[in-house]
Amino acid sequence: MNKEESQSQISSGDKKVRIATFKVYRGDREKGNEVEYKVPVEEGMVVLDAIHYIQKNISPDLAVRWNCKAAKCGSCSAEVNGKPRLMCKTRLDDFDINEEIKVYPMKSFPIIKDLACDVSWNYEVNKKITPFTPKENTTWKMNQRDIDRVQEFRKCIECFACQNVCHVIREHDLKPKFAGPRFFVRVAGLEMHPLDDVDRLEALKDDMGIGFCNITKCCTEVCPEDIHITDNAIIPLKERVVDRYYDPVRMFFRKIFKKK
Amino acid sequence: MGGYKVNMSTLDRFEIHEHDVLVIGAGGAGLRAAIEASANGVSVGLVCKSLLGKAHTVMAEGGIAAAVGNVDKQDNWQTHFKDTMKGGKFLNNYRMAQLHAQEAPERVLELERWGALFDRTSEGTILQRPFGGHSYKRLCHVGDRTGLEMIRTLQDKGVHMGINVYMECTITRLLKEDGKISGAFGYWRETGRFVIFKAKAIILATGGVGKAYKVTSNSWEYTADGQLLAYDAGAELIDTEFIQFHPTGMIWPPGVIGILVTEAVRGEGGILRNKDGYRFMEKYDPERMELSTRDVVARSIYIENKEGRGSPHGGAFLDISHKGAEYIKKKLPSMYHQFKELADVDITTGPMEVGPTCHYSMGGVKVDADSTATSIPGLYAAGEVAGGMHGANRLGGNSLSDLLVFGRRAGLYAAEYAKKNKATLNINEDEIANAEKSIVVFFEQDGGENPYTVHRDLQELMQNKVGIFRVEDDLKFAINELKSLKERAAKVKIEGSRMYNPGWHMAYDLQSMVIYSEAIAKCALQRKESRGAHSRLDYPNTDPEHGKWNSLVKKANDGSLIVEKSPLPEMPGELKQLLEDKKVAAKI
Amino acid sequence: MSTTLTEKPRKKESFGATQRKDLWWFEPLVYAVGFGLFIIYATWAAFQGKHYEYGPYLSPFYSPLITVSWWKFSPAFLILWIPAGFRMTCYYYRKAYYRSYFMDPPACGVSEGCSNKKYSGETAFPFIFQNLHRYFLLGATVLLFFLWSDVIKAFNFDGRFGVGVGSLVLLANTFLLSMYSLTCHSFRHLIGGYKDGFKCGYQYNFYKKISCGNERHMFWAWVSLFMVGFADLYVRLCSMGIWADIRLI
Ligand code: SF4
Ligand code: SF4
Ligand code: FES
Ligand code: FES
Repeated sequence: MNKEESQSQISSGDKKVRIATFKVYRGDREKGNEVEYKVPVEEGMVVLDAIHYIQKNISPDLAVRWNCKAAKCGSCSAEVNGKPRLMCKTRLDDFDINEEIKVYPMKSFPIIKDLACDVSWNYEVNKKITPFTPKENTTWKMNQRDIDRVQEFRKCIECFACQNVCHVIREHDLKPKFAGPRFFVRVAGLEMHPLDDVDRLEALKDDMGIGFCNITKCCTEVCPEDIHITDNAIIPLKERVVDRYYDPVRMFFRKIFKKK
Repeated sequence: MGGYKVNMSTLDRFEIHEHDVLVIGAGGAGLRAAIEASANGVSVGLVCKSLLGKAHTVMAEGGIAAAVGNVDKQDNWQTHFKDTMKGGKFLNNYRMAQLHAQEAPERVLELERWGALFDRTSEGTILQRPFGGHSYKRLCHVGDRTGLEMIRTLQDKGVHMGINVYMECTITRLLKEDGKISGAFGYWRETGRFVIFKAKAIILATGGVGKAYKVTSNSWEYTADGQLLAYDAGAELIDTEFIQFHPTGMIWPPGVIGILVTEAVRGEGGILRNKDGYRFMEKYDPERMELSTRDVVARSIYIENKEGRGSPHGGAFLDISHKGAEYIKKKLPSMYHQFKELADVDITTGPMEVGPTCHYSMGGVKVDADSTATSIPGLYAAGEVAGGMHGANRLGGNSLSDLLVFGRRAGLYAAEYAKKNKATLNINEDEIANAEKSIVVFFEQDGGENPYTVHRDLQELMQNKVGIFRVEDDLKFAINELKSLKERAAKVKIEGSRMYNPGWHMAYDLQSMVIYSEAIAKCALQRKESRGAHSRLDYPNTDPEHGKWNSLVKKANDGSLIVEKSPLPEMPGELKQLLEDKKVAAKI
Repeated sequence: MSTTLTEKPRKKESFGATQRKDLWWFEPLVYAVGFGLFIIYATWAAFQGKHYEYGPYLSPFYSPLITVSWWKFSPAFLILWIPAGFRMTCYYYRKAYYRSYFMDPPACGVSEGCSNKKYSGETAFPFIFQNLHRYFLLGATVLLFFLWSDVIKAFNFDGRFGVGVGSLVLLANTFLLSMYSLTCHSFRHLIGGYKDGFKCGYQYNFYKKISCGNERHMFWAWVSLFMVGFADLYVRLCSMGIWADIRLI
């Protein structure tokens, strides 16, 4: 562990400043280590503020992604004390300031540098999903009650915290076969759209691997937008897949009545 | 990575991509432009500084202004046009305002066809809410995350059209040949390697300049890149003095200062009070109250504070709690969470503390209203980077519709231009070498400052001297100070390697910000009146004489920045007629 | 993105490796113990084959009581596979036992320590059968009818209406079991989840109510589990004479 110098300036000042200790991962794909930084604490400070403080005063080359600083863009995901969080939404008050706070990049994606990692795989998955395709001759009238469900899914800010924490990706690394919770949310939004005309059940089962999800709900636990990913998106989709592929009675009747 | 040597031998060592149309910026305007260009059958590249879908558009909350007339049936484009002109204190490019009002409804419906889900009326059509400066309930919205809905819709539409997206790439120079656009030069933020894009037409959609201010709702991306790319390439900028301060940003705790509190809070019935509990807008705009235009509300809060009636942290209280918890959580969910999580304030039971925050730049690259073409053949600009549409002050909700209307037009005309232009593209090696040198130089300047220090000083200066209220002495001081900042900025020193190095990125962005700040200050000095977002304490009144021209900024041959006045285009009779019906003398 | 980054093989981490500082193992442990105790008790009680009746009360483990001559074991086994299967395939319990027993994953962001183990989730045997949950729901619903009739019987003391603590225990048990079934994900799907839009307002309102209850499915799962065990225990203790039922009315 190598410590940075130039921290003396921080402890000066007339008021008593509380100092928090951060251990931030510094490095790239090949190698890296934890670097300790001391950051003065301000009221209402979030982890991203601390990272910015480090950038401005100690190491300007500390790589980190962020945009909105208001939990709206989903750029600043990282693992703070082992939990995937948005740094701009994680307040220092949540931690014991006397203990060190660890900030690491998302574990499930290849690191580019420091806290930035390569999330391009997610964009590849997204491309493969059949886009919204409206029914023909619709009047475009929709009831609010019918779209409430879908609007929940559309809150997603693509922070990929759920992708990061999902053990199917994180532990079993089934990336090519498994699309991940973020994209089940997207598909749920399309499948439950009252005017959408495409069927994605086969893709869900075969290409997106919804069966790999064992509904252990880590995605729901970390979603900063509070989307009930498992209960409202994945399980209802699983039920629809069962309707089509696993329910013997339904399959039997479909055979008989030749309905598709 | 000190001692980096520029090798001029050949272009081979560069990564080169070729497209008919290159769009720079992937916010609402950029995406819409890329979609349109692609739909017109040309090959399209889309470059953005962040990841796709993270652009500043996601932060737009309130809604898209479009006179679809679902809620208030009497609404129509004429009224929308009138409201926009009135809000812009008649300094708007009339043609842009007209096109915008006419085409916005179609653009919104189109979003719905692409999968966007707006909140609904009881009849099942798109619901609209009232907003500051709009005569009718006009803003199509999705709770308070309309921008996110819009960008996700466009993103999902775009990725299925075969648009090539180049993420985390910064363009540092536009390349020209025979006075026409031929491409762009930039670097990958990730690796620090250079890249060249050959393109017949380029669309700038890079957004604004809010990062030049200390209290701002804008992200790090907002550093006037596009404006400066155009300016350096020889295009003109207009109306740069008009910087909108959004009246309601968060002001406490310190970590969140500047974060936007959507105008939808006021649209949904939020009330502004000072520390004595007085609803002060009664005094400043008794007719429209909280739903007055942003410039008026921002100034009112400022004055209340100056006269000692502000809230404890120098703002005002905005209260929506009378609407009931259920309603607030349904209509303003992200505001609810934002305050709950970041400030420990429950807005369903108590007021929020708000104050002005730098939000939008009305000025920008001068463009042709219909085609969004700049004065350089092959260069187009749409969205916040372009100037003229909003005049002296933008109405809330007009920005998202602006992105869609002019994003589409930019895509359309750029594609047409690219199709007509069959010429092969040559790239000048010297130009490339220059471009390359100008951004790696920061690694070599020993003894230079940290770019963040210079940036902080710039923000201080702009906030204090070229902020909401301006006076001649301050402006002169600022212009002088900017000279030295420019020198300091040019000399900053960067540590570390070119791999994903935010300090280095800041060093480059800083150069654009400093020059654009100079444009803001100089135009502000030139405009000796108060109008819209530009308030001069030494010239508190609106002067009709000044209402006849826009400020114009150009790069002189010697590289210095000059400002001029350019006469407002003459409005055709029928539009004049429209405005005269109820023309209200623009108030301060 | 400019370059495609080749992924380097991940470092294998040992089981339980995490940077989490909270007591992440606490929750799975509680569930493992709670569930384990119940299974032990239920198996033992089912094997007893006696003491399942007391006065008008019938233990829910043995309801409906099927006594056929060719079945040599405890009558509970003719019934118990239904609620057992129902709970085993319940979406909530799946989460709980995948975490507590299979450690797949033990907790969020905690290493399973076996990244090269073949994982097939619910795509292959045996867990692919989880997809039949809806049939167990059907079976459980049928059982519920019997359980409700047991409740009615439990208020009938030799032809006269009466209330004992046992009646209330059985009532509470059946009520909780009903809530558990009503908030089931498959039920939610069945009554509206399969639809993209609701033409009928009643259906929508019903779906909405069920969805609301479904958010607390875990709660109903645990209290009903506890209660069903307790109901059996209550009847058993009364029948064994260890505990005296108190007549209230
Ligand atoms: S519930 Fe499914 S998708 Fe979500 S984290 Fe668990 S396994 Fe992954
Ligand atoms: S679903 Fe939630 S956790 Fe997943 S990417 Fe979207 S916002 Fe992030
Ligand atoms: S910076 Fe946008 S979500 Fe954190
Ligand atoms: S999901 Fe738990 S019982 Fe069906």
